[in-house]
Amino acid sequence: MVDASSSAHGDLILKNLTKTFGEFVAVDDLDLVIPEGSFFALLGPSGCGKTTTLRMVAGLEEPTSGTIFIGKSEITYEKPYKRPVNTVFQNYALFPHLSIYENIAFGLRRRGVKDVDDQVQKALDLVELTHLASRKPNQLSGGQQQRIALARAIVNRPALLLLDEPLGALDLKLRRAMQIELKWIQTEVGITFVHVTHDQEEAMTMADTIAVMNEGKIEQMGSPADLYDNPQTSFVANFLGQSNLIKGSIVDSSGESAVVDVFGTKIGLPVLRNHAHDSSVLVGIRPEKIRIAPAGTQMNGNILEGGVISDASYIGVSTQYQVEMPWGQELMVFEQNDDGTPPLSKGDSVVLSWSPIFTFGLAGDQDVNAGSEAHPESE
Amino acid sequence: MSTALLHTGTHENQTSLAKKKLLPYWLLAPGIIWLTIFFLVPIYQLISTSTQTQGYGIGTYVQTYRFANFMDAITSSKAQLFRSFEYAFLATCFALIISYPLAYAVAFKSGRWKNTLLVLIVAPFFCSFLLRTVAWEQILGEQGFVIKTLRFLHIMGAQGHLTATPFAVVAGLTYNFLPFMTLPLYASLERIDIRMMEASGDLYANALTTFRRVTVPLSMPGVVAGTLLTFIPAAGDYINAELLGNPGTKMIGNVIEARYLAIVDYPGAAALSLILMVTILILVMAYVKRAGTDELV
Ligand SMILES: Nc1ncnc2c1ncn2[C@@H]1O[C@H](COP(=O)(O)OP(=O)(O)OP(=O)(O)O)[C@@H](O)[C@H]1O
Ligand SMILES: [Mg+2]
Repeated sequence: MVDASSSAHGDLILKNLTKTFGEFVAVDDLDLVIPEGSFFALLGPSGCGKTTTLRMVAGLEEPTSGTIFIGKSEITYEKPYKRPVNTVFQNYALFPHLSIYENIAFGLRRRGVKDVDDQVQKALDLVELTHLASRKPNQLSGGQQQRIALARAIVNRPALLLLDEPLGALDLKLRRAMQIELKWIQTEVGITFVHVTHDQEEAMTMADTIAVMNEGKIEQMGSPADLYDNPQTSFVANFLGQSNLIKGSIVDSSGESAVVDVFGTKIGLPVLRNHAHDSSVLVGIRPEKIRIAPAGTQMNGNILEGGVISDASYIGVSTQYQVEMPWGQELMVFEQNDDGTPPLSKGDSVVLSWSPIFTFGLAGDQDVNAGSEAHPESE
Repeated sequence: MSTALLHTGTHENQTSLAKKKLLPYWLLAPGIIWLTIFFLVPIYQLISTSTQTQGYGIGTYVQTYRFANFMDAITSSKAQLFRSFEYAFLATCFALIISYPLAYAVAFKSGRWKNTLLVLIVAPFFCSFLLRTVAWEQILGEQGFVIKTLRFLHIMGAQGHLTATPFAVVAGLTYNFLPFMTLPLYASLERIDIRMMEASGDLYANALTTFRRVTVPLSMPGVVAGTLLTFIPAAGDYINAELLGNPGTKMIGNVIEARYLAIVDYPGAAALSLILMVTILILVMAYVKRAGTDELV
C-alpha cells in the first residue's frame, strides 16, 4: 500500500511536457515549476489544455513526451494509485453508493491507515460538515458535495492537491464564499494546491502564483499583481482584466524611460516594463489608470489629446467612458466618482493622461485583441 | 389550481375541470382492460380451478373448495419443484459468471465494435426458442461434434453421453436466458461514470480494488435485474428439460404441462402453477430486500 505522507515531497516540476491527441496538440512543450506549499492557479480559456495537464500530473493521461517530477522522484509513468497526488474533480465524482463518511475514508482504507475514524472526523470538521457523515452524496447540495470532494482528497495529506475548476458548478455568491474557504484551508493544511480555473478573478483572489495558459502553452507566470501590472503578451493583458493597447514605435530607448511615438504624440515607457523585441511596440495602459478631463485642461505625465467621448456609462462607484481617438481607436477609461466634478457626457472633447510608470510595452506584432474574445466577462 | 378558482368557477369550467380529472383514467383504460382480460381473469380462473374436483366425465370439474389439492400436488411433485429451483439457480449463476465479463468488455473495452457486439448478443432472439433448443439437442447429441471430439480425446468413454443429462438441461437453460442477464448488466455498467473509476484510482485503489469497491457495487442494479430475469423464467421452463433431459431431470414445468395436456388433471396443474408462482414471488421479494433497494442507485 502507498503511504502518501512519507513518499515524495517537494516542488512539482514539469519538463517539456507534451500531449497530443492525433494531430491535435493539447499541451505543447510545457515547462513549469510549482513550489512546494504554494497555492498555484492555472488560468486559461476553455480548451487551452488545463484539464489535460492536470490529468497527466494525476496519472490519468499518459504524456506523449516530457517528464513530471515531485521533488526528486519522477512520476511521469507511475500508476495513479501510486502517486502522492489527489484530485478534486470538476464534477466532484463522489461515490454514489457510499456514505459521506465512507467516501472520505476511501483513500485512508486503501492505504491501510490505522486511525481512519479520527482522520475522517478531522476532515469533516475542517469542511464543517460533521453532521452529514451518514448521508449519501445525492442527498447533498452542490456546495456541500464540493466540500466533501475536497475533504476526501485532503484527508490523505497528498504532496499535491489538484483542483479542476472545483467551483465551476456553484453560483456566484457561493463561489466567492468557497474561494475564501479554500484559501483558508490551504493555509491551514500547507499542501501544494494546483487550482485550474478559467475565471481570472478567482485566480487573482486565491493564488500566490498564476500561470496563464493559452493553446497548450504558458503565456506568462507570476504573482497576481505582477501579471496584472506588467503583462508580457497582449493575450495576458486582455485576458486578465482589460487593457488599452495602442500601436506605436520606439524612437529613443537610451534612458530609463523609452520614448514612444504614438500617432504623432511622444509617450514615456519604463524600459523595464517594455517587452517588445524591436521598435514596433504596443503601448498598454489599464483603463482605471487613465485620467480624463475636458479638452484644454492642463495635464501632466503621458498625454493623449483629441479624444471624443463616444459612450459614457455611470455605474455608481465609477464612470466608464469609451473615447474615440483621432486615429479611430476606441480607448476605455474608468474614472472614480470621487472628486465631486460632474461626469462628462457623450460627445465631449477630452484629453487623457496617465503616469508613465503605469505604461507597459508589448511586442508590436501581436493581435491587439488576443485573449479578449476568451474573456469570461464577454462570454 | 387554487381553491378560490374552484369555488368561483362557472358551471362550464367546472365540468371541463372534472373532465380534466378523469383524463388520467381514460389514458389508463387500455392498460387496465388489457390487465383485466389477460391477467386478472386468468388468475381468477387458475385459483378457482385449483380447488375443484373431478366431476362426471373426463375434463369436467366442479368447485368443491378442496384445498387438499395443494398438499397433494406438493407431495407428488416435491422432487421436481426443488429440482426446478436448483437448476434455475445454477443456470443463473453460470449466466452471471459468463455475462459479467462479457458485459464489462462490451461496455468499457469494445470501442467502435460496441454496437456490433450488442447485436450479436441479441442475435439468438431472431430464432425461435424451441428451434434453438432443438439445435442444442443436435449439438450435444450422438452425431454432434462435441461428443465426437470428447470421445476422440478420450475425455469421455464410448458409453458417455451429454444429452439426457442434468448437465445438458442446465447448459440449455443458461444458454437460452443468457441475453436476459447480459443486457441489464451491460446497461448498468455502461451507465457508470468513468470518472468514478478514475477517482478510485486517484484515491490509491488499484485496478482490482476499484473493480471490487466501485464497479461491482455500482453495477448492482444490473446484477439484480439480470438474475431476476434469468431465474424466474428458468424456474418455470419445461422445454429444456423436455428436449435435453431425461425422466430424472423433469422440472416443475414438465409436471404442470403433463397434468394439463396428458393427464387432464386441471386442478392439480392449477394448484402446482400457483405454488410455483407464490414460491418465486417469495424468493424474489426476499432477494430484492436483501440486495437492498437503496443500493439500486
Ligand atoms: N481524449 C481526447 N481526445 C481528443 N481531444 C481531446 C481529448 N481530451 C481533450 N482533448 C482536446 O484537448 C484540448 C484541451 O482540452 P482540456 O480538457 O485540457 O481543456 P481545458 O483547458 O480543461 O478546457 P475547459 O476550461 O473547457 O475545461 C481541447 O481542445 C480538447 O478538445
Ligand atoms: Mg477542463
